[in-house]
Amino acid sequence: MRTGHLVAKDICWRPAKNQPFLLHPVSFEVYPGRVLGVVGPNGAGKSTLLRMIYHYQKPTTGQVMVDGQDLWGMSAKAAACKVAAVLQEQPGAFGLTVRDIVALGRTPHRSALSSSGAQDAEIVTQAIARMQLEVLATRDFDTLSGGERQRVMVARALAQQPQVLVMDEPTNHLDIRHQLEILSLIRSLGLTIVVSLHDLNMAADVCDAILLLKNGHCLGFGSADDVLSEQLVSDTFSITAQRQVLSVSQNQHLTFHLPT
Amino acid sequence: MGERAAGQPKSRFPYVIGAGGLLLLFSISIAISVGAVSVPLHTVWSILINQVAPGTMEQDWSKGREAIVWDIRFPRALLACLMGAGLAVVGGSLQAVTRNPLADPHLLGISSGAAFGAILALMHTGMFLGLITVPLFAFGGALAATLLVLAVSQFASATSADRLILAGVAVSFIVMSLANVLIFLGDPRATHTVVFWMLGGLGLAQWSHLAFPFAVLVLCGAYIWANAGKLNAMTVGDETAATLGIPVARFRLIIFVVGALVTGVMVAFSGMIGFVGLMLPHIVRLLVGGDYARVIPASALFGAIYLLWSDIIARTIMAPEDMPIGIVTGLIGGMFFVWLLRRRAR
Repeated sequence: MRTGHLVAKDICWRPAKNQPFLLHPVSFEVYPGRVLGVVGPNGAGKSTLLRMIYHYQKPTTGQVMVDGQDLWGMSAKAAACKVAAVLQEQPGAFGLTVRDIVALGRTPHRSALSSSGAQDAEIVTQAIARMQLEVLATRDFDTLSGGERQRVMVARALAQQPQVLVMDEPTNHLDIRHQLEILSLIRSLGLTIVVSLHDLNMAADVCDAILLLKNGHCLGFGSADDVLSEQLVSDTFSITAQRQVLSVSQNQHLTFHLPT
Repeated sequence: MGERAAGQPKSRFPYVIGAGGLLLLFSISIAISVGAVSVPLHTVWSILINQVAPGTMEQDWSKGREAIVWDIRFPRALLACLMGAGLAVVGGSLQAVTRNPLADPHLLGISSGAAFGAILALMHTGMFLGLITVPLFAFGGALAATLLVLAVSQFASATSADRLILAGVAVSFIVMSLANVLIFLGDPRATHTVVFWMLGGLGLAQWSHLAFPFAVLVLCGAYIWANAGKLNAMTVGDETAATLGIPVARFRLIIFVVGALVTGVMVAFSGMIGFVGLMLPHIVRLLVGGDYARVIPASALFGAIYLLWSDIIARTIMAPEDMPIGIVTGLIGGMFFVWLLRRRAR
């Protein structure tokens, strides 16, 4: 699978003219195979930023480029062949099986009237195997647990064979075991990934770079060590953050307290 | 192995369709056979075969029987098939684009809009466009009601599944009131006929009336079936569907317009027959799984069978009176609705 080089140039967004920007111009770059973590308080503009990358909200100004091609200069279908997204939406109870859901990933690759061919079936099977979902393939999606559902949605995105994968808070509502599985998955996919996360320590662990947002402004972009400093995290979230070294593993760890 | 196992509902599909096809033929035969004058099954088939290929059957039946079978009951059975298939397909596709298992042309107010349009044509404007007047007005009314429901749900920011249905029910009440005003203002001598037509009935079926609903059903059904993949994607959610390259808002609007067209035509020819679109897709999903490539054709097939039997019940339960079929589908559908709510609550 080819992985893409993602560049965002001064992208910003507001709902309409005369209305304030929900996201002020921000620029960043993600090299092929790297993971960018987007963090910030609720309402910081994380979802808005992600939506511009997965071709749902067009930037008011600015460009999103994948391998040098302007994402918003191409059709929705062409963009869908480049960028896939794993969102928090859950499929309704319509009796689709795991395999049916994963097969949706082939949608943008098909022309209007052709049905899915043997090659599509092979790609779907591979995506299912990669997420170790073989035994669940015929199960009704509604009957799965939260962690299994998340894996199905990732398999669906993989079947889309994207160059860039966007994940919107993939660890939400999962227990710690499944959170860790998702994080290790993010590391192992080898795709260019943009992921929004709430847990800053997890973000520092899994991401090659961090983008810190607050009130629609970018407060920092760079390595986790630089961006997730005590000062910046404390200011952004209106808390007191302390960077400590865990005594056993010697890993760095942020702790958070309400300011006194 | 994964491939084989994955195909379970898929591999069952040909058998379901095959069995459904046989059941459909059987149901049509029964529908033609049963009634005030009972016609034996072999006579039914002899007459039908003889009509298609004259002279192949030795004629051992009366002219009267032939007229009952060929001119009255057969077109009526076919109309029931068209209605059932059309309403079931529309219901199934609306459920996908609204991501709402309760979506149905009746509950969303589309049928009421169609009835309003049809009443306007029947009682007030006259048939100035010929046979197509009523279906055209019904389509117009259905479309207007559809857009109204969408506007209300936008206006009340009722994008969630249950609130869309509430918007539909609200619009349905308003439009039905207006339709009743039209009846009230109209010629009192026509009132009885119109009210009865509105309760749903296939009694007016005749050959010359079948072509139009047939053409609409085939075209719209084919369009919906061809877009089964998009319907599948829509059940996941708007944003995810968009990331799969689907123009979500436009596609939903097209499905609504197509649904209004089919519903409008169906209502124009047989009144308001509720809950077919709600029930059939759910039942069919239990048989063939949730993939719309299978749900759509299976819904059409079993919708046809369901309405044939509803009509048989309506015709025989108070024989020789012809009970409006809407009463039968309303009773069955209402109970199904309760069952569905209970199942969802769990």
